[in-house]
Formats: sequence, structure tokens, C-alpha cells
Amino acid sequence: MSESKNTNTTEFNERYGLNKGLAQMLKGGVIMDVTTPEQARIAEAAGACAVMALERIPADIRAAGGVSRMSDPKMIKGIQEAVSIPVMAKCRIGHFMEAKILEAIDIDYIDESEVLTPADDVYHINKRDFSVPFVCGARDLGEALRRINEGASMIRTKGEPGTGDVVQAVRHLRKMNSEIRRIASLNSDELFEAAKQLQVPYELVAWVHDNGKLPVVNFAAGGVATPADAALMMHLGAEGVFVGSGIFKSGDPAKRARAIVQAVTNYKDAKLIAELSEDLGEAMVGINASEIKIIMEERGK
Amino acid sequence: MKIGVLALQGAFREHQDMIRLSGAECIEIRQLSDLTGNSLDGIVLPGGESTVQGKLLRELGMLEPLRNMIKAGTPVLATCAGLILLAEKIEGDPVSHLGTLPVTVKRNAFGRQTGSFEYTGNVGKLQNFLMTFIRAPIVTALNSQEVEVLAECREQIVAVKYGNQIGLAFHPEINDDPSIHREFLDLCEKFHNGIK
Repeated sequence: MSESKNTNTTEFNERYGLNKGLAQMLKGGVIMDVTTPEQARIAEAAGACAVMALERIPADIRAAGGVSRMSDPKMIKGIQEAVSIPVMAKCRIGHFMEAKILEAIDIDYIDESEVLTPADDVYHINKRDFSVPFVCGARDLGEALRRINEGASMIRTKGEPGTGDVVQAVRHLRKMNSEIRRIASLNSDELFEAAKQLQVPYELVAWVHDNGKLPVVNFAAGGVATPADAALMMHLGAEGVFVGSGIFKSGDPAKRARAIVQAVTNYKDAKLIAELSEDLGEAMVGINASEIKIIMEERGK
Repeated sequence: MKIGVLALQGAFREHQDMIRLSGAECIEIRQLSDLTGNSLDGIVLPGGESTVQGKLLRELGMLEPLRNMIKAGTPVLATCAGLILLAEKIEGDPVSHLGTLPVTVKRNAFGRQTGSFEYTGNVGKLQNFLMTFIRAPIVTALNSQEVEVLAECREQIVAVKYGNQIGLAFHPEINDDPSIHREFLDLCEKFHNGIK
């Protein structure tokens, strides 16, 4: 195992502040999965606030089966050169070496992602050891705070990727927010027991209690396929949206991408979203999440 | 006094909190009607992604009205992506956005996220101000003698003022110090009471 280099807490706190800050700059935006520099340019032109570089989008990963790993660094570099917006990439859960490689090629954000095949079925990456920021998936408050305790500076829901089915992302976001409301309503002497039940440090629970929100930015991810899906997630309290297979698996990616970006900005304006939803071409076909064998949200707790 | 914060994308809520803390009323600018339906004494252009914000400004028909307000003297505080929106020229990009601030800027001038950093220094009259640079731009050229340099860092220009326009490469909104917002609100108050 690698030794912790961030023995200097001040140094970690400064990096962590900067990394949380980048997530704050992404708020109100749409992060799009892309597999080529050409797609990255389309995404940027359509108004993506960041792109996720990966070899195969989740729908194809699901179809292909087998072991899914970090993408080829050369392919990621090609995308970095194509756009000026931040470029993210995925590494497997627990695979700190893949994360080191992504850090070495100067990626802007790493997604320690359940979409790839987990490399460690017990431990997540010690993200405090890195200068580069991490986003992690979470289904509930306990999972979110465990990832934050490990050093994640951004959280997203673990909606079932590659399905075009938004039900899990909705469930995760509703659950997270209802748990946050519950923590906020507790007496301060009840927080110790809450921390025990959530299996997280007391300090993080106390922060949520005092502030009524997560200590980092929280995005929706998994199954978002339409402008209406994106607006729904914003209404439910997401601070931005990841769109994976939904764009480049659809009939007219550029138009759909543009519509989703506008729907996120003006999520309260149903009339505008009605206009945006017209003539988008075919949406991704989608798989009902209850019909599939591999449930990726079960990966990593 | 009423301040409008451009709320298309990015860290706009942080600016709203800072402005409310300093005692002014604050609204979100999401659509053209937010600009035309309010009498604004100041505008904040927040951090975020300038390509996204610039594109949405055009698509929502807000670019021209906003430019006219700034040209007419409405004070504006622009941070990071906001500075890029305001700049007359952007290196390596044929398109500029509002273009009301006569400077040339360079995007991501300190590199990618691992190059982001904090620096404490003077900003105009403010001493020892904590500046947070996140994938920050810099000002590479001043295209008018009336542009005043407020701050430099690593021998680069990172804060400027031109008339009622303040452009910062860093993010005063994500720390606890409201000094820059207070100075901006002073400008807004003068505009509210005087020229208007």
C-alpha cells in the first residue's frame, strides 16, 4: 500500500477546498459522457460544463459484459486537447493505481465509479492521498458521508447507468434529502447515535445537522435521458446532472444535449421545457432496470 | 438596492449569500424577463464555465440587453468565468461575449485542476486578501489606459477595474471574507444614488 503523503493536514485542507470549489463551479451544469474528441467538441458546443472521457458509454459496457477498466490514457489526452472545459475520467472502485495514472495525465476530476468493474470489494480509494479531486456515487446519506470522509469532494447519485431509467436516481436523491432533513431536526445530543447508525464520523453528521445539506456538491447521475428527466432531478434538489448514455445513444445528440442544458438552467419553467422537448428525435431505447441482471448500484457500499 | 446575479450556471448561490450577508437585496437572473422586469443597481457574473454561460446568454436573448446595461454604467462584479465573459478578447478564441472590459484574457492560464491554488496578497486597497484560483484565467493585455490593475499574482494580472466594472480571476465568493463584495456594493450604491 502507498504511504499517506498528506500527513500535513493544512495541505490536505487547502487542496480539498480547491477541489470542492471546482465542483461548485460545475453547479447548474450538465456533465456529458463522451468517447471521442469529436463527441467532446459536440458536447462543449452544446453547453456541457464538463465531459467524462470513457471508451464505452455505460449502455455499451452493459451490453458488452466482461471486465470494464479505466480508459486508454491516449484517448483521454485526445479529449483533453479537444476542449477547454474540465475533463473527467473513471477509475474502478478501489483501484488507486488507475487513479494515480489519471492524476499523472492531469485529469480535472476522477469518478471512482461503479460503472466499471470494482477492483476491490472491501476498500474504496483513500482519496485524501491525492491532489486531484474525486466524485463518488452514493445511494443514501451514510454512503455519501463515508465517501466524503475518504476524501471525495463531490457526490452523485448511483442511478442505474446505461438504462435510460431514472427511477434509482430519483430514489437515491429523495432518500438522501429526507435523511438530511431528519438529521437537521435532531437534538444535538442525538447526533452521536445518528453517526453510529450511519457508520460515519460524528463531525460530518454534526456538519449536516448545522447546515442542512451535504458538505460537498451533489449531482444526479444514472438514467437521465430527456430534458424532463434532468429538470425532475433539479427539482428534487440535485445541483447539476450527469448524462451518460442518454445523449450519444439518441437520435440527434447535439440537439438533445442542448435541450438538456437549457432544461437544467430553467428547470422551473415547464413551458420552456415543453418547447425544448419537441422534435428531439428518438430517445435512447432504454432498459427497464428491473429487467436487468447486473445491478451496478450494489457495487461499493 | 437590488443586485442581480447571473444564475445560468456555476457558483451563483455563493455570491447571493455574500451579497445578502452584506445587507443588499439579491435576485437571480435566469431569463430575459429577470433583466427587463427589475431595476438593477448591480450585476454579478459568477464563476462557472464561460463557454456554457456565454452560450446560454445568447440562446436566451440576454447578451445584448446585459451588454447595454453594463455600457450604460451599471456596476458589475465578474469572477473567473465572469471575467472571461466581460473581456474584449479571449486568447485562442475568435468569439468574445459581452466584450465591455478592454482587456485580453487567457483561459486556464495556470493549467488544469491540479494547478489550482490559493494565494494571499493585496487587492487594490485590501490587504492580505485570500485569493482562490480554480482553473483560473489571467489578464494578458490591457487594451485601454483607463484599466486599473488591482492585483497581481505570480507576476500575472489577476484583478482589474475599469469604470464600474470589476474583473477578478479568482473566487472571493467561496471564502468567508465579504470585503470585495462590500466594495462592489459601495459602487452600486453610488450608481443607485447618483448617475441613475
